[in-house]
Amino acid sequence: MAAKGIHIEGLSKRYGEGDTAVLALKNVNMQVAPGEVVGLIGPSGSGKSTLLKCLGAVIDPTAGRMVLDDEVIFDDEWKVRDLRALRRDKIGFVFQAPYLIPFLDVTDNVALLPMLAGVGNDEARKRALELLTALDVQHRAKAMPSQLSGGEQQRVAIARGLVNRPPVILADEPTAPLDSVRALSVIRILNDMARRFETAVIVVTHDEKIIPTFRRIYHIRDGVTHEEAGEGRSFQ
Amino acid sequence: MISLAGRDILHAWGKFIFTGIGLGLLIGVTLTMAGVYRGMVDDGKVLLDNSGANLWVVQKDTLGPYAESSSIPDDLWRSIRTLPGVAEAANVTYLTMQVGRGQKDVRVMVVGIAAGEPGTSGWPPQLVAGRQITRGHYEAVADIATGFRLGDEVNIRRNRYTVVGLTRRMVSSSGDPMVFIPLKDAQEAQFLKDNDAILMQRRRTEANRAFNRPAVPGLLDAVIASQTSNNSVNAVLVRIQPEYSPREVAEPIRRWKRLTVYDRAQMEEILVGKLIATSARQIAMFLVILAVVSAAIVAFIIYTLTMDKIREIAVLKLIGTRNRTIAGMILQQALVLGVIGFVVGKITATFAAPLFPKYVLLTPIDSILGFVAVLVICVLASIVAIRMALKVDPAEAIGG
Repeated sequence: MAAKGIHIEGLSKRYGEGDTAVLALKNVNMQVAPGEVVGLIGPSGSGKSTLLKCLGAVIDPTAGRMVLDDEVIFDDEWKVRDLRALRRDKIGFVFQAPYLIPFLDVTDNVALLPMLAGVGNDEARKRALELLTALDVQHRAKAMPSQLSGGEQQRVAIARGLVNRPPVILADEPTAPLDSVRALSVIRILNDMARRFETAVIVVTHDEKIIPTFRRIYHIRDGVTHEEAGEGRSFQ
Repeated sequence: MISLAGRDILHAWGKFIFTGIGLGLLIGVTLTMAGVYRGMVDDGKVLLDNSGANLWVVQKDTLGPYAESSSIPDDLWRSIRTLPGVAEAANVTYLTMQVGRGQKDVRVMVVGIAAGEPGTSGWPPQLVAGRQITRGHYEAVADIATGFRLGDEVNIRRNRYTVVGLTRRMVSSSGDPMVFIPLKDAQEAQFLKDNDAILMQRRRTEANRAFNRPAVPGLLDAVIASQTSNNSVNAVLVRIQPEYSPREVAEPIRRWKRLTVYDRAQMEEILVGKLIATSARQIAMFLVILAVVSAAIVAFIIYTLTMDKIREIAVLKLIGTRNRTIAGMILQQALVLGVIGFVVGKITATFAAPLFPKYVLLTPIDSILGFVAVLVICVLASIVAIRMALKVDPAEAIGG
């Protein structure tokens, strides 16, 4: 089966071997359509980060199948030879802390990804400025990350996640360090960007403030997911 | 593609500059140590050049006159002069001693030069002030490094000499500046005893019945005169005729005069290979230690700088940065640190060299070798940090 967005079928991840083996993910199924933002919620140690790392192609799942944007990337083994290029071109990351590169200004923090993909410096910076404008931080384009507020830094991090137009964004607790207003602002931006760029977004969160904003939520506990409808409340 | 290393350096330029200055001072010491060795070698070569000789005739089976003491009769030069191929032969004495200059002492090599004219072997080849020695006694030509000026008086043993000329870069193999005086004075200075010792010697001779025979008037005076005069020199400097080779001229002197003769290459080997060999090994040890310390410092600094960026490196790897880009960033930073250090070190060594009491010769080839060594050390020192950076798991950027 091939489909746009994210499709996960029967994904498992086991750490260790024999008696000490721990099954962190057990037959996980998940679908996220392009333009959709879903929440992934669960207590600590439930397998959220493991799932995110499998999706982010930074650890190897044990079994299952993953399809990103019509491309089967994992089917009991990786089907993509260059996982680094896969991460660069198909997956955008937004972290709990922005983790901007401290020695690059805002524009170059965003433009770095297209540059790594071989896009010329001018074109990469043009793309970065477009996104910064869309996220309303274009006025800080020449600032260094240390000169930005927490909310501005997170918006720049979102711009970095989106700049290569990836079909998938994985957001790991993106609102954790923010107050209610800024947290809801970040979620609104992610929803806007998901619709605008037809991007499937998974937001891992504990944040009670933003959970009601999701239309669909995946709960995960002991490596098992189940889906439920969210409230889909307004961001205001 | 932007230069990640360049941006990081510009962002933390103060840290790089100050670290580079610290490293530079260490490199400056290293270059200066190399310069000290070169200076010692150059002092030896200058000593040989300035003597104006092609051959050095010394006491048999000695390494004289610079590396060992050598004593030969002062009339040997006449018979050497008659041998085929010898253009000129001149006696010379060398005596290292402390001489007074004002309230202070200065260590000098007193050179006794044979009577002759400017250009004679052993004479200072050129002067920077004054004139050459023209009288048979009590005149001196001093190297300006002694601190003497024209008209100054130099006390050597019991005699006082007037400085009539100044020369430059006339030093012994250990870098002591030279003072030239007439040969006869130098011979006397070498073996001159104090008054009490002379008195005691005379009494002993007078008491000896073999020397003080009533039936042989004049014998005692002759013996005493022979005891108080010195008829030895340290070497005979030989200049050969252009159509002869040093070997052709040296061979008959060895064979018929039963003396040891060194040509220029052999004398250079004695000075560089034997006289300063221990010092050279000592300096080489210092250079090795300084190189290891420099490498350790660069490695530690680059390792620390990389450790400070672990999270950023994880993020860079997660978003698709190639390992070689990250390795290149660390390597470039190490090289920039090395270049800053070398520039600071070179400037430091250049300004510090003239302040050293002995000659410090900074050669372009040493600078080039030093620069290459610094770059190699930086590359090697960055390996630890690069290995660590390449081991960083991109998953570290994701929580959990």
